[in-house]
Amino acid sequence: MAVLTSTNVLVATGRAARRRRQALVVGVAVVAIVALGTLGLTLGAAGVSPGRALAAVFGTGDPVDVFVIQRLRLPRVGAAVLAGAAFALAGALFQSTLRNPLASPDILGVSTGASLGAVWALLVLGVSGVAVAAWAFGGALAAAAAIWLLAWRRGLHSIRFVLVGVGISYVCGAVLSWLLARAEVRDAQAALLWTIGSVADVRGTSLTILAAGTLGLGAVATVLAPSQAPLALGDDHAASLGVRVQVARGGALVVAVGLVAVATSAAGPVAFVALVSPAIARRLLDDGGADLTASAVIGALLVLAADLLGQHALGTLTVPAGVVTGLVGAPYLLWLLSGRADRKVAVE
Amino acid sequence: MTGAPAPASTAPALRAEGVRLGYDGRTVVDGLTLDLPAGKITAIVGPNACGKSTLLKGLARLLPLEAGRVLLGGADVAHLPRRELAKALGVLPQSSIAPDGIRVAELVARGRFPHQGWFGRHSSADDAVVARALEATGTAALADRPVAELSGGQRQRVWIAMVLAQETGIVLLDEPTTFLDVAHQVDLLDLLSALNETQGTTVVMVLHELNLAARYADHLVVMRDGAVVTQGEPSQVLTAEAVRAAFGLEARVVPDPVSGTPLVVPVGRTRNGGR
Repeated sequence: MAVLTSTNVLVATGRAARRRRQALVVGVAVVAIVALGTLGLTLGAAGVSPGRALAAVFGTGDPVDVFVIQRLRLPRVGAAVLAGAAFALAGALFQSTLRNPLASPDILGVSTGASLGAVWALLVLGVSGVAVAAWAFGGALAAAAAIWLLAWRRGLHSIRFVLVGVGISYVCGAVLSWLLARAEVRDAQAALLWTIGSVADVRGTSLTILAAGTLGLGAVATVLAPSQAPLALGDDHAASLGVRVQVARGGALVVAVGLVAVATSAAGPVAFVALVSPAIARRLLDDGGADLTASAVIGALLVLAADLLGQHALGTLTVPAGVVTGLVGAPYLLWLLSGRADRKVAVE
Repeated sequence: MTGAPAPASTAPALRAEGVRLGYDGRTVVDGLTLDLPAGKITAIVGPNACGKSTLLKGLARLLPLEAGRVLLGGADVAHLPRRELAKALGVLPQSSIAPDGIRVAELVARGRFPHQGWFGRHSSADDAVVARALEATGTAALADRPVAELSGGQRQRVWIAMVLAQETGIVLLDEPTTFLDVAHQVDLLDLLSALNETQGTTVVMVLHELNLAARYADHLVVMRDGAVVTQGEPSQVLTAEAVRAAFGLEARVVPDPVSGTPLVVPVGRTRNGGR
């Protein structure tokens, strides 16, 4: 009995420690987001002190400050946070429900589908503005629907979904290249810029849609979250624990695709955020699960930091957030893979 | 050749009635009827591809029945709510892959899922069940270790702890000893036997090792081509004829010097079996 009690204490303290760690990770990330967000409001051609920036957020103080903050900088910071959270949440859902740490919209072709939609709208239809976003949204959904239909065989199975997704990604990429190759140089440049991903020009209606979509789908994700943990053990395990595997997986994929579509249509496919954020969350939490909240705040922090770096770190040269996340994300991915390989070797 | 009837002392824990199972139109098990005695250890043996794992999946509702029904304490399993079934019947599938980086206590705690509410919050009562499951499987000392760092034998114990944390009266295991060396096989079967004795858990397992199956099972089911060849108490049913009928193998069956249960010694064509 004494042994049993000590095990009980061990289990309870272990759970408490995991919870503390989770709260710490999320807390630190939120503080960093607030700090970087404030920095983002103050930096720029017109320097605004943090105090004045805060006043301007609420519409008081110098009218020039209010204009700069409310019209230019606050939407940009907001878009970075929302798009980052949406991509990361989508990545976490893809990865947990498909049981594959490499499953992300970048690799599965959903982002490429969105890019193809937008580039088609820009180059073939010659539309601009919100219409491009709508086409990107449609492109993401169409790519996801194609993967779904081709991968469906009495239910969705992880590896099939991932493989078909990679195939769809190449198909979309091929059409995309062809569209860019046959376009006028000036048009092609504008279209190419869209495919990089940037939060610089997300304001007004598109920002509202981004906010509503991210928060709404994020709330649905919270409801789906508990069934994702059993799903990570495998379909048979999950089913024998009482999870409706196809419903839980289908729901998670619908929400993830929705998040990618919303975020991509607003900001373009910001590279690697969906792939890397849940991986970072897993590393920091160190408990085998990619907590959705932790992934989301880390994604928000990543895109915000990337956008600030792209705007201010290189002097007069500004680069879109999508370039910075790509530059940072690719090496991180390699490091992640090599680190994993090392650990496996050490164990065997 | 019909086996002795199942022990009729109590109602069966699980009963398959005219069950047909298959994949993509290929029928693997057809019209199988089987009683699994409550509070006993049942081992299902048979040659490769005889449908024993398929049958286990059908019993656990992991594979939909094409015909027939499975009764759990008299109730049709197909009509039970998923969570209710998950509280009554635990399953350890053949291959279990732990999520990367997960620790032992966390993995075992996942077994609590059917007992938790909509938002899946763990309570201190859950902690107590997880602790008991760790104790029962001798894995308490590993609670904080990552599952990936454990040996095969330890890992299988941890998975069994997860199924125990589910707190079900019936546990189905699909070849739980497959990747273990002989010492760990015996160790694991001793563990299951102890659980059956102390907690009255009904254990149903698919096994490859005939002699260990004969030693540990109260009830032995021998299958071939999706049908039951014979079933009953191992000492009654595991005969040279049964081995020939199920496996097409000539064998001598002698008493196990340790347990007195049947010991199957294959004859073979060479190494003096040919004489």
